[in-house]
Amino acid sequence: MSDTPRPADEDAATRDEPFVVAGHRFASRLLVGTGKYASFEETRLALELSGSDCVTVAVRRVNLDPRKGESLLDHIDRRRYTILPNTAGCFDAESAVRTAQLGRDLLDTPLVKLEVLGDEKTLLPDPVGTLEATRRLAADGFEVFVYTSDDPRLAVRLEEAGAVCVMPAGSPIGSGQGVLNPNAIRITRELVRVPIIVDAGVGTASDVCLAMELGVEGVLLNTAIAGADQPLRMAVAMRHAVVAGRQAFLAGRIGKRLHANASSPMDGRIAGADGGSPRR
Amino acid sequence: MADTPANVDVAVNGVATQVPAGTTVAGLIERLGLRPELVAVEIGGALVPRARRSERVLAQGEAVEIVTLVGGG
Repeated sequence: MSDTPRPADEDAATRDEPFVVAGHRFASRLLVGTGKYASFEETRLALELSGSDCVTVAVRRVNLDPRKGESLLDHIDRRRYTILPNTAGCFDAESAVRTAQLGRDLLDTPLVKLEVLGDEKTLLPDPVGTLEATRRLAADGFEVFVYTSDDPRLAVRLEEAGAVCVMPAGSPIGSGQGVLNPNAIRITRELVRVPIIVDAGVGTASDVCLAMELGVEGVLLNTAIAGADQPLRMAVAMRHAVVAGRQAFLAGRIGKRLHANASSPMDGRIAGADGGSPRR
Repeated sequence: MADTPANVDVAVNGVATQVPAGTTVAGLIERLGLRPELVAVEIGGALVPRARRSERVLAQGEAVEIVTLVGGG
């Protein structure tokens, strides 16, 4: 007789509220970027294996070379994936707003992943430009998913400014350092009402798991998959990790204690099992 | 009445380009062999909405940005 739980038991045990941002419902709590893959085909496969249904893209000058190849958009099925255009590479609010407008015109979507960066070396978000751009875009009808630092008070300001989703960085973009300040993310979760997606710095599966265990709604990553030795394998790992972390969070973990708490009963042991009297 | 120039000089993605006078944004996209559904266009830092491409005529000296979506995080 198999001891594998029947699907109904697993469904009941893992019941979760749907993941919804600004009225958009996502089947997966993992969002994936489309950058830095070796090819369009690898991009397509990685997205598929990640289980994600929301992907980010960047807005850049079109290649005017007559020998142009295919477009990324030819490889992303819009019936399967919600596309979230980003404003990556913008270092002030004005260019971020312009980029968002171009993305909205191109995709006919109000969604935007807003990035206003401070410098090229750290790619840390510029808080002032980010706040200004959030206000302007929200006022213009955009649904702003805003990339920000792990400063909880800034997250509150961004929500007040109209962001529909706050996306604190775990560590610098592409750095693979994971979530450096878990407590800041937890505090952000306490103070902010809109969904939180940890975005940036994720390096491997355990980082995703840890982030989800903090109680956030989702994780966005790109380099962790695209830069792995085996991206497709890592995409699968991430798919499992986001589920594992979310379910572990919902399950309510045990507390941490200094001393042991035996897993097997002490009652009913055979004579002599305790070696005479218990040692000090 | 001054002669109307036959061509208009514009910059497209930073590259100096000449187009026949009266070329619209839609016309420029076609001249460049681009797929209209894959691009968005700005002139002088302002979006030219998709619905206006056929009527927006390029003027002398304008800076045009034509963008598309590429991989990114």
